[in-house]
Parts: sequence; structure tokens; C-alpha cells
Amino acid sequence: MDIRWDWIADNWDTILGAVWQHLILVIVPLVVGFGISFGLAVWAIRQPKVYGPTTVITGILYTIPSLAAFALLVPIFGFSMLVAFVPLTTYTLLILFRNIVAGFQAVPREVLEAADGMGYRPRQRLLRVELPLAVPLMIAGVRLAAVTLIGLATVASILGSSFGGLGQLITEGLQTFFPTKYVLGGVLSVVLAFVVDIVLVRVERLATPWARARAERAGA
Amino acid sequence: MTASPTTESRAASVEFDHVTKVYDARATKTGAPGAVNDLSLTVPAGKICVLVGPSGCGKTTSLKMVNRLIEPTSGRILLDGVDAATRDTTELRRGIGYVIQQTGLFPHQTIEDNVVTVPRLLGWDKARMKARSDELLSIVGLDPARYARRFPAQLSGGERQRVGVARALAADPPVMLMDEPFGAVDPIVRERLQNEFLRLQEQLAKTILFVTHDIDEAIKMGDLVVVFQAGGVVAQVGPPSEILANPASDYVARFVGTDRGLKRLSLFRIGEVPLSPVVTARVGGDGAAARRAAAETPFQYVLVTDEASRPVGWVHRDRLTTGVVSADQVESTSPLLDRRTTLKDALSMLLDADVQAGLVVDRTGALRGMVTMDDITALMRERDARPLDATERAAADAEDAADADEGADADEGAGGAEPTSPASDPPAPADPDASDAA
Repeated sequence: MDIRWDWIADNWDTILGAVWQHLILVIVPLVVGFGISFGLAVWAIRQPKVYGPTTVITGILYTIPSLAAFALLVPIFGFSMLVAFVPLTTYTLLILFRNIVAGFQAVPREVLEAADGMGYRPRQRLLRVELPLAVPLMIAGVRLAAVTLIGLATVASILGSSFGGLGQLITEGLQTFFPTKYVLGGVLSVVLAFVVDIVLVRVERLATPWARARAERAGA
Repeated sequence: MTASPTTESRAASVEFDHVTKVYDARATKTGAPGAVNDLSLTVPAGKICVLVGPSGCGKTTSLKMVNRLIEPTSGRILLDGVDAATRDTTELRRGIGYVIQQTGLFPHQTIEDNVVTVPRLLGWDKARMKARSDELLSIVGLDPARYARRFPAQLSGGERQRVGVARALAADPPVMLMDEPFGAVDPIVRERLQNEFLRLQEQLAKTILFVTHDIDEAIKMGDLVVVFQAGGVVAQVGPPSEILANPASDYVARFVGTDRGLKRLSLFRIGEVPLSPVVTARVGGDGAAARRAAAETPFQYVLVTDEASRPVGWVHRDRLTTGVVSADQVESTSPLLDRRTTLKDALSMLLDADVQAGLVVDRTGALRGMVTMDDITALMRERDARPLDATERAAADAEDAADADEGADADEGAGGAEPTSPASDPPAPADPDASDAA
């Protein structure tokens, strides 16, 4: 198997374009999915009976095979980006919803009681106490969702070149028996997954200096 | 920081007016807190009222009805005569200090940010909050330079409790609710926190409702003690000495324990006991003169003291011969007491001593007088007949406090634990949501 490094050098712009498109396929569903899941999670912690049905529905959505979902949406949306964005978003819901709820539930009861007792209004408590304390579990969910999306976005490009991304490199490489292209597509997917995960770990550390303080004390 | 003259501190009376809290059967099954049955109680402004009883007796429920974390089923709670139910809950809570057992500090905020929680909600400016945080940390014995930027997880249990108290005091609330505030620390730290808090309260004079399940803590901390029994029924209300001296029921007697006589002794200090005179002979003085003086009293011993009137020991009057009194003649010694020694500790020392009389000395160690077992029992009999009223107790306490410098304990943190009074800035009349993130 020959890797044609000259092809890589000549097509640098195409490759970077594919990476960028792939990121779009990950970031847009992740942001939209987080927004929806956050709303559902806040609703579920206020109204515990919401939790069960939401888990069932997001669970069913998660079960739909990805390729089938993409194929079924083509008649509805044509070959627009929505065909990729809609299923990719729904795949994040189960992971993000459950993790955000777990994040809120992990906030110690006495902290909430102290916040209420000192006169936080409900929204102030949510934004200034519950949200920052839920961050570690939320980001754990985001990492999981992001890595899942990077894999699924590769599948999306099987449907057509309009979605682009690293899957496009793989599909085209396989179709034209051009190993350089599909190996590169595969390697870059893996690298992208690691890079995104590392970036999110960094974000978590920056957002939770207090958690590091705790770890230092425990280690000391 | 040094102690400044006490600034005027606001306090409000708290009155429970036939307050009842009933939980329905389902809530009870799922572990609702204890019910409260027709509680009527007045806590005068500036006093510590301790609610004590077994778990599930309704003491915590009673506390949480004051800041309306729990709403009463019926009855009213009046703060300085104003029905709490008529006030906006958020406003009400920002005006009441709240300390809980697990401290409930915000793990994601620095100590400084934790302390100024309520000032921040009230919209104080940054400089004022910083100054207030430094002041309060000093008051509770934590060096601001060392602690302000740390996170709660980096502090010991005792330090966290101090921060919890500082946080509750931040906006200078007239009323404080303390739910087992010293419950989660070991007994040694607990006792130190209790003592420091009592010293602080002498200057702050807040109205405090204090919940505990520990009768000893209740007796120590309370100006007024409310003993609860199962079902949210109040078994007895009164000052600690009265509850120990005259338990209202078998339940109260059992709850305070069979050693209530001894516990009661711990409420009184040597300073309250009228001292008996002692015949003394100074080292180097005239032995014959001392012997003559001793002959006129029924007590057959003479106390030898040094040049600074510090006791050296006892000598029988018959052994004082003519000539110079010397320290070598001393046959036995007595325990030394000061006016802050509790009668319980004093009695214990007397039981151990050669001569069953304690010598009371001042801060320099100079003799003030003698206390015998009879003096102690006489005082207890007198107090049975006429308990000290609150003013007399306060006066005695104040004298003790003036005397207490030698008792200023070495503190676990750096920085003196000397309490100072906080500035009594009233909270700024700002829009409560001014600092709210939109």
C-alpha cells in the first residue's frame, strides 16, 4: 500500500476543507443538542416525572441506525445539510440529557439549602450555584457526545458529497481504489477525535479551578 | 485586628405564635422532617435560644419556618412584631443569617466569595464586599491574607464552620438561625468554636435560634433552652439552670440525664461564690502573730504565701513556732482556682485535693480567698431558691469576659481569634436583582 505524500502536499486545501466541514458537522449538532438537552434537563429536575419519558424518547431516537436515519430524511429535506444535522443532533440528546441531569443531581443538597436559606432567587441559584457545580458531569457528557459525533459524521458523507467532511475522503478513496485518500480520512478522524477530547478536558479544567483545588488537597 | 468598642448591633425579637406544622401521611412516609405541634415561644432580642431534642422532634422544622424554607400549617412567626408570612421570602431570607451543619459552603467559590454571598445578592460594591470579607474572616479567626483566595475543599472542617458563621454574619442580620452549626467537627474543635462563638455573641448580641441534639451544648450555649419531645411538642422552656434544677417532667429529667446536678454546676463559676477569708502568713513574717490570728478561727490551718501574696501551702497552726515563717514548714497544698473556673471543675479538684478547700487567685496568682465544699453547696441551695436573672447573669459573664485574656486560646489558624465587632453597616437599599446575571 503506497501513501502518495505528493498527493497530500498538492491537495492540502481540499484536506483542510474536509477537516473544517467535519468540524461543522460536529459542532452544530453538539451546540443545538446541548441547548435542547439543557432545557429538558432543567425541566426534568423541576418536574421529576419528565425524566422517565424523556429518557425513553431520546433512547428510541438513539436506537435508530444512523444510515437509516440519514436515508429516511433525504425525501423530506432533499440533500440539504439538515439531513445530516437533524439525526446527528438527536443522537446527542440521550447522552447530554442524562449527563446534565446527573450534573444537577450531583450538587450537594446542603449547598442548595444554604443557597435557598440565604435568599437566592430560583434563577440566581440555577445560574450561579447549580450550573457551575454541574459543569464536570456536563462536560463529561459533551466529550462523549463529541467523540460519538465525529464517528457518525463520517457515516453522513456516504450519502453525498454535499455533506463533505472526512467521510468524503474515505468514501471517495474507497471508490477510486486510492489508499492515500481513505487512510488519510481515517487517520484524521481519529486525530480529530483525540484533539477535540483534549480541548474539552482543558475547557473543563479552566471552568472548574475549585475541583483542582480539591484534588490537590486529596493528593497532599 | 484589635477589639474595637462595641458598635451598635441590630437584633430583633422572634416570636412563635401557636405555630403548627403537619405533614400528610405520604410525606411522613417519604421521610419528611418532624412535625411541630402548637409552638408558642418568644425569644427576646439579643438572646440565644437553643432548640434541643431527639431527631424528628420538630426542632429543625421550627427553625426553618422562621426563614420560610418550611411554611407553617397554621400560626404565625413574628420578627420584631412583623409576621414573616407577609414578607417577600427572598427579602426575608437575606435579612436572616443561616448556618447549617455541613456548612453548605459553595465549593466553586473562594472563601471570600462565600463570605459575601448575601452582600453580593444585595448589590454591594466590590470594595465594600472585600473589606467586609476581610473583617469577618478576622473576626472568626482566619487570616484573610491566607484564606480569602482558597476554596472550601482546601480548609479543615473547623475552618469551614468558621467560614459558615462569617458568611451568616456578612450582611449584619438581626436574627441568625444555626442548625447544628458545630455538629460536624470533633469534640475539641467543637468546644473551641462554641467558646469563640459565645465571646463573639457578647459583642454582636444577635438574636439566635440554635438547634442541637446535644443537651450539653444546649446548656452551654443557651440563654433560653426549649426541650422538644417526639411529635413536635415542647416539654419545657426555660433558662438552662432552671431546666437542670427543676425538670418539668420525667421526660425532661431523662433527657437532661441523671448527672444534671453536675451539669448544673458547670453553669456557675467561682466568681459567683462568696469567698471565705483565709488566715495567711507571709514567708519571712512573724510566726507567732500568725498563730495567734489562727487561734481565733475554727480552721486550724494557716496559709503560707510568698512576697507577692501567691499561695505556697498550708501549715497547721500548732507547727508555727515563734520565729520566721518559712516555705519549708508547708505540709499540704490546695488546688488553685480563678473566677472563671466552673463549679463543676472546682468540685472535681477539691475531691482530689489534700485539703478540701480551693484557693482563688487573680491573674497575677495573688490570693483572693478560699472556697470550700460548703461554700459551693450553699451557693447551689441559694440558686435553687432564687435563680440568677438574665441581667445578673450577663453582668457576671461580662466580668468573666474582662478577666478572660489569659484564656485567649492559641488558634488553629494564624491570626488572632480576638473577636471584634463588625461594622454595622445596614445593607444598601439596592435593587435586590441589581447583581443578577440577566
